[in-house]
Amino acid sequence: MTSFWLSILEQGLIFAIMSLGVYITYKILDFPDLSVDGSFPLGAAVTATLLVMGINPFLACLLSMFAGMISGGITGLLHVKLKITNLLSGILVMIGLYSINLRIMGRANIPLFTQETIFSNSLPPVLIVAIFVFVAKLLLDLFFKTKLGFLLRATGDNPQMVTSLGIDIGMMKIMGLMLSNGLVALSGSMMAQYQRFSDVGMGTGMIIMGLAAIILGEALLKRFSFVTATSMALFGTILYRTTIASALRLGLPPSDLKLITSIIVITALGINGKKLPFNLNLKSLIKIGGVHNVTGAKSSKSFQ
Amino acid sequence: MLQVRNLVKVFNKGTVNESILFDGLGMDIQEGDFITIIGSNGAGKSSFLNLVAGTLSSDEGAITLKGKDITKLWEFQRTKLFGRVFQNPTLGTSPSMTVLENLSMAYNKGKKFNLSLGVSKDNIPFFIDLLSQLSLGLEDKLHTEVGLLSGGQRQALSLLMATMSNPQLLLLDEHTAALDPKTSKTIIELTEAIVLKKKITTLMVTHNLNQAISLGNRLLMFHRGKVVLDIKGEEKKSLTIEKLLGYFEEIQSKEAISDAMLFSNF
Repeated sequence: MTSFWLSILEQGLIFAIMSLGVYITYKILDFPDLSVDGSFPLGAAVTATLLVMGINPFLACLLSMFAGMISGGITGLLHVKLKITNLLSGILVMIGLYSINLRIMGRANIPLFTQETIFSNSLPPVLIVAIFVFVAKLLLDLFFKTKLGFLLRATGDNPQMVTSLGIDIGMMKIMGLMLSNGLVALSGSMMAQYQRFSDVGMGTGMIIMGLAAIILGEALLKRFSFVTATSMALFGTILYRTTIASALRLGLPPSDLKLITSIIVITALGINGKKLPFNLNLKSLIKIGGVHNVTGAKSSKSFQ
Repeated sequence: MLQVRNLVKVFNKGTVNESILFDGLGMDIQEGDFITIIGSNGAGKSSFLNLVAGTLSSDEGAITLKGKDITKLWEFQRTKLFGRVFQNPTLGTSPSMTVLENLSMAYNKGKKFNLSLGVSKDNIPFFIDLLSQLSLGLEDKLHTEVGLLSGGQRQALSLLMATMSNPQLLLLDEHTAALDPKTSKTIIELTEAIVLKKKITTLMVTHNLNQAISLGNRLLMFHRGKVVLDIKGEEKKSLTIEKLLGYFEEIQSKEAISDAMLFSNF
């Protein structure tokens, strides 16, 4: 039983890195990047191929990240230079990546039974994964506090203002997509090493899972002003994985997984923003400072 | 300082909806000019600003700023030299970021946006000083998200941000039109104070004739893509609303006459 929940936590943390990537595009850039479904298995494919060649697993992680950044860059170029809509740019890259991933691996899947991975040492896997997540989250939080990070945030918020600052928003979008897909590919790389195989189909539905995690995390944690957005994405991913695991435990067949994901996203989107009674309870549980109440935008109706 | 030569702009070129807005517009703007631009809807005031700013691209003609041809430059390359405030208060600021973060970004305009920290603590007293001059209470809201501010507060902030890096040219596109009269007055006073203090060459589009008369040293009236009235210097100082309306009716009646002549042929 413990090992079951531990594996949920480990997987949740690995997927959390992907959610951080999705968070950059979906939340910050306001760019629904569907190429995530392709760049996740891209990371896995690159890693599997490199590990079979006997490359150091940490180096493989790094190279997978670069591969993801290139794929994100291509999505960005399609959108910015060729003026293809953001949704279609992502889909085109996603479809293209399917063939590319097959070419990289040479076949549909590669098992990694004997190869050395990032988990081939005495440290418990959960610790290794947690360190990766922690570092990624910390670096991302720091990045958003830099001048360049400010520009990235403003680009999704108000592109006109970024243009007014004399900055090319196209470059900002490409940079954001590269950063995002780099993280997604890193997540794919870790997943391949964790489950000890890479499969060309392992990316299906990744974007929806990332969205589900972000929306869930936000729906539950938005009211706590001290929780950073990246933490929401992290927490949301783990919560989402737990929900899925519980559903499976309750006896639903694994083939229903994708349907459950859709339903979770639909439910979360449906209730998000609506005033639910449990929201109020949650709020009253925690005393937030006076400034929060004074500057809060909620109307008096929400307290009735 | 800013020269516009033979500017041509055609909308929906090559279609049945083709409409020629500017057909050979020319203009010379001197260093330090504060120009107010008036005109009825569709006269081309905002389009003119958009063409100067690069939001719209011109079909023909040249725009030069201090001897440098900027006609072929992208909008973001031109905005390095310009400051701009829009009619819509939400366009000038980033709503999910705090007042301090917004100001820090504007402060950094023209410099490198690198991986150094976005907010420098050393600048905070300077920002507080700037904000307290607005007397809108913004100095106590440094850490408030701009999205929670009122339209007037946002527009004041936009104006501060647009002029902070001392642009060579300031474009104001009906920047008080979306505000209530009292806030509008505050913003106009602020505009005048900043423009005069920093001596920024300014183009201001407005629908408020009082503002157009009392502000600046030159007034342009646009009508159907042409400058029909250009008043400057002493003449501008002695201008009254009655005179301006008189000019306006004169232009309108000329058109009425030409319409009458047109119909008399039938």
